Amino acid sequence: MAILKFSDMTAMELQFQVEKLQSNYVECIDDDRLEQWPEFFVEDCLYQIISRENEDRGLPVSAIVCDSNAMLIDRIVSLRNANVYAEHFYRHIISNVNIKGVTDEVVSVQTNYLVLQTRLSGATEIYNSGKYLDEIVATEDGLKFKQKKAVFDTYQIQSLMVTPI
Amino acid sequence: MSTILKNKFNEVNWPEDRGVCEVPYQVFTDKNVYDSEQEKIFRGDNWSFVALEAEIPESGDYKTTFIGDTPVIVMRDEEGQVNVVVNSCAHRGAAVCRELRGNKPNLECVYHQWAYNLKGDLIGVPFRRGIQGNGGMPKDFKMQEHPLRKLRVGSVAGLVFATFSETVESLEDYLGPMTVTAIKRICSKPIKVLGDQRQYIKGNWKLYAENTRDPYHASLLHLFHMTFGLYRSSQKGVSHMDDTKRHSMLTAIKDSDDSTEDFKNMRSFNTEFKLNDPSLLAGRKEFDDDVSLVILAVFPNLVLQQIANTLAVRQICTKGVDAFELVWTQFGFEDDDKEMQAIRLKQGNLIGPAGLISMEDGEAVEIVHDSVIREQDKSSYIAMGGGKAENVDHLVSEGTIVGFWKYYREAMGY
Ligand code: FES
Ligand SMILES: [Fe+2]
Repeated sequence: MAILKFSDMTAMELQFQVEKLQSNYVECIDDDRLEQWPEFFVEDCLYQIISRENEDRGLPVSAIVCDSNAMLIDRIVSLRNANVYAEHFYRHIISNVNIKGVTDEVVSVQTNYLVLQTRLSGATEIYNSGKYLDEIVATEDGLKFKQKKAVFDTYQIQSLMVTPI
Repeated sequence: MSTILKNKFNEVNWPEDRGVCEVPYQVFTDKNVYDSEQEKIFRGDNWSFVALEAEIPESGDYKTTFIGDTPVIVMRDEEGQVNVVVNSCAHRGAAVCRELRGNKPNLECVYHQWAYNLKGDLIGVPFRRGIQGNGGMPKDFKMQEHPLRKLRVGSVAGLVFATFSETVESLEDYLGPMTVTAIKRICSKPIKVLGDQRQYIKGNWKLYAENTRDPYHASLLHLFHMTFGLYRSSQKGVSHMDDTKRHSMLTAIKDSDDSTEDFKNMRSFNTEFKLNDPSLLAGRKEFDDDVSLVILAVFPNLVLQQIANTLAVRQICTKGVDAFELVWTQFGFEDDDKEMQAIRLKQGNLIGPAGLISMEDGEAVEIVHDSVIREQDKSSYIAMGGGKAENVDHLVSEGTIVGFWKYYREAMGY
């Protein structure tokens, strides 16, 4: 399959492709297909979950920061086999998918997200609210994230964070 | 309310001494115990951690935080002195600072704009002399009689502590030589703050005090190292306390590995998995000794940690009898080179609320708290290593937890 060239696409086509990627991404997590989750990223990627409290001050400490696809895989292996936590579901609500910049190789996008969490009690709570700052590239296997940075407003993390956002 | 009921809820029935440590679950869930702790522990004769000096380096820098559940402001004045005051206006009690942190030449309450300097002294009252002959404060009103409530402040190697007590010993004496030495070992150079993480845990704060004094659980609850075949089994280390037993220091020595025999029947001893990206654990030797892990639990609200190259303070802010916020502040040093900072940040994946080897502690606190709520007549059973508050040079012990409870009972009069 030929690799897409962003500059050849109309704004509407591009918007559609980007929204489709975001939808597939959150669906993968919400449907608990976490083994597939690293496939949304290129090999040499940056995945980061950082509080707005730190981001706004220019401080680097993140809840999770992975600078390779292999690290993403390790996270999931750990989640499935090592970590101990309360079972839960996520439900991502995304909105405001806003393309900020386009070059031949990279699309920069900002997107709002909300993660609802349901634990075994059956109650659903707002778990994390924030924005994605993404850099998307085209590959032979379709669009992938070169960077996905989740900047969260909810800087008080409830109990713990194990499932990616 | 009848006296019978009142007594029932004000007393804590500690089990008879059977030679081990048994803690009545009531102390984790009883609101009266919690209220009493605020007075006797957090506002009593103890020093609480409030800030790193590096968080407020300049004159006018301030941060808001809590001692127990009392809101306080930590600020640096024009002379470079750090002052701590209760964040409640001397007029009618409003919060004087509402932001997490910032810089101001003085503090001003938004309600009626009473103004305070960076020491907490009242320096301005609007309409003090009234308007056109109307109103005004009484003639004998003296501003110097209405400061914010000031706390005693002390600092060791860049860690700032405060106390409500006029009588408690000096900070250095309160910490004792073991704790002071351990703090100075880690904080030997000017600190650079790398960021905060806040974890809200729905359980009693003392369950976390136990957890951080508990070397027994390390390899059993946190299975990350085990799962990836990285566990160094009979790791050498110490479980020590200060003379009063209120502070605890757990340390482990790097690569003091021996037999794998003892771990054969553990939940997940296998090497089926290995890290795809081992750079996560790449580190650099930065201390003169071979100590790779220090968990220094300072009574009542601080944990200072070194886990490989991650350095952090964890501050406990109580949020009622059944919750607390754990504030993780990760730091490095001013003179860290780029690579060193990158190491600290990558290893940061191991710690904090999403930490590969620390997330379970929040979980452990919650599953205990939820399950002892109606077991008020029952007690825990703390006996690993003999159930005595004794310093030992290994990590198969709960002695440091016993020490915590010994001091707690003294402080609470139980
Ligand atoms: S309560 Fe602060 S000025 Fe009135
Ligand atoms: Fe732990």
